[in-house]
Amino acid sequence: MTVVEVSVAGSPRRGVLSRLVSRLGGGAVQVGLALVALFWLVPVLGLLVASLREESANTASGWWTVLTAPAELTLTNYADLVHNSTVLRSFLNTVYIAVPATVLVVVIAALAAYGLAWIEFPGRLWLTTLVVGLLVLPVQVALIPGAKLFGALGLFGTITGVVLFHVAFGLPFAIFLLRNFFAGIPRDLVEAARMDGAREWVVLRRVVLPIAKPAIASLTIFQFLWVWNDLLVALVFADQDSAPITVALRAQLRQFGTNIDLLSTGAFLSMVVPLAVFLLFQRYFVQGVLAGSTK
Amino acid sequence: MAEVVLSGLGKVYVDGTRAVDDLNLEIRDGEFLVLVGPSGCGKTTALRMIAGLESVSEGSIRIGERTVNDVPSRDRDVAMVFQSYALYPHLDVYDNIAFGLTLRKLPKDEIDRRVREVAEVLELHEHLDRKPRNLSGGQRQRVAMGRAIVRAPRAFLMDEPLSNLDAKLRVQMRAQIARIQRDLGVTTVYVTHDQTEAMTLGDRVAVMKRGVLQQVGPPQELYDRPVNLFVAGFIGSPGMNLVTARLDRDDDGRHWLTVGTDALLLPDSVLLSRPALAGYAGRDVVLGIRPEDMEDAALADAGEGSILHSVADLVEAMGSDVLVHFPVDAAPVVTEDTRALAEDDGTATLPKGGGVVLVGRFSPRTHTYEGQPVAVWVDTSRLHFFDPATGLSVWTDKSGGQR
Repeated sequence: MTVVEVSVAGSPRRGVLSRLVSRLGGGAVQVGLALVALFWLVPVLGLLVASLREESANTASGWWTVLTAPAELTLTNYADLVHNSTVLRSFLNTVYIAVPATVLVVVIAALAAYGLAWIEFPGRLWLTTLVVGLLVLPVQVALIPGAKLFGALGLFGTITGVVLFHVAFGLPFAIFLLRNFFAGIPRDLVEAARMDGAREWVVLRRVVLPIAKPAIASLTIFQFLWVWNDLLVALVFADQDSAPITVALRAQLRQFGTNIDLLSTGAFLSMVVPLAVFLLFQRYFVQGVLAGSTK
Repeated sequence: MAEVVLSGLGKVYVDGTRAVDDLNLEIRDGEFLVLVGPSGCGKTTALRMIAGLESVSEGSIRIGERTVNDVPSRDRDVAMVFQSYALYPHLDVYDNIAFGLTLRKLPKDEIDRRVREVAEVLELHEHLDRKPRNLSGGQRQRVAMGRAIVRAPRAFLMDEPLSNLDAKLRVQMRAQIARIQRDLGVTTVYVTHDQTEAMTLGDRVAVMKRGVLQQVGPPQELYDRPVNLFVAGFIGSPGMNLVTARLDRDDDGRHWLTVGTDALLLPDSVLLSRPALAGYAGRDVVLGIRPEDMEDAALADAGEGSILHSVADLVEAMGSDVLVHFPVDAAPVVTEDTRALAEDDGTATLPKGGGVVLVGRFSPRTHTYEGQPVAVWVDTSRLHFFDPATGLSVWTDKSGGQR
């Protein structure tokens, strides 16, 4: 694919960014990137340190004092957290919500995107347009009808309800993203697989999906992050037993005292998981999977 | 292996464009048939319909005993080699070749045996664990071939499989494809726009123009007896010279062709083999002369009425022979066929009156120089004649049809 070849050094017309990069040289760019990364990392580090200090220490001095007095660090906050059934359960709730809401969206979107991109059927264009149209529909307009519907179905206040709502609102973008990527796969590849005797399902699983790994990986990360960090949907649709960690942590804010020991540990915990997911999938971003397939 | 029969095959797209019109072709079991024509002539559409990648609007396709109009590609048991190769980028060479076999759930050891066998034939055995992106163009092309061969299908369909290779490799692969097809004896339909490939590979060649089949036959027949101006101009390189000439009968009953300022005497053999030609006496005909049928008059045994006089315009030494371009003062031929040919050459504008430049293929011993007068001997027994109105070859009757 030409997409891959564009990045070859020395090609006459390049983007502003790549010209900038070559002008500055590799070293300067790396320093710049490191500074940006540091800038983003400092608050995270602060949160981590805060979660490792006693509440009294946190109220008495800033987190950076650990740099001179590392002995302050302790795991008691985390030990307390494990014994705090509300936070622990909400953490598990978040997992129970985010994992299915991500898996379902990716699987359904892949199937739908393949159909829209590679199977000819009447009304295909209209259906694709409809999906694009749904992209602009804000979540807010569906909150009340959704709540009524879930109430009637007995899904209100359940994890299933929250998952379904996330899936419904995650799908338009997911289908849109994957359809565009799938449609960019050379037609010959799909046709070659069909000639080789593959059914549509096999074409999807053995040719399209492996090639679409970067798109699938990005979608997985995005979808997971959205659901994991969601507060609004959970606030509306979850009850106390099904509340995810975002809701639970917010509930902690209402009580007396700063509660910093509990909040920082919980917040850090809720941040680590998406980070792990990101690291797990990020290597697929940089793969030039298509190179050499055609021409 | 099986015969492939196209009856009244037609393709009309949703927007009303007609890509293929009433195509009738019988491709015999084990035959190598080449579909050739300029771009947009419908040859690829026809091939894709045989492959099942394009729906059939009219007529039918039969592969072996089965009419396959509504059979999906995967069940037609034909293999296709794509112009772009279409290798699976995430699979190595071995898995690319094995893909079709694994889908058929063959035993592992049989797949392994067949893949290695094919890889050996195509000299790919050292590259089996490489990904397509790490292969050269020629190697990718061979993997694409291997993927088709390994399945031992009923027919091969090839869509300009050599057009992405450089000239030298193309000649090599051309020979290899011919050898493999002969050894396997699998019915093959091969699409190309390159008349050299068509001539060298095909048992028979089918020439198409704007969705309509013009002529099918063995390569030599197309070369010797083209049915119309289009086939005449398309087959052969450099193409046949086409010029308007006037046919006259003198008092002795001899037929003369006036080409510019010269006159060519027609041998009796030509008139005998083309009885309809005498009927053109006193009228214009389209005269076709292949470059190969001309020679420097100084090197030929030139008889009466076989010489054209001109000034050499351009001399191209090819080593084995010399191409001499020279103008004659005769009207150019402008028909629908020659326009189609000119479009294909990219010479959108045809010569506008005031003479035609002919090309002759001379022996390298010629002493013809640019700007010097040249006397060109024409092999008058091998001239071609076409009706100026219909563009059809002049043989026995008005229709000119001789297949």
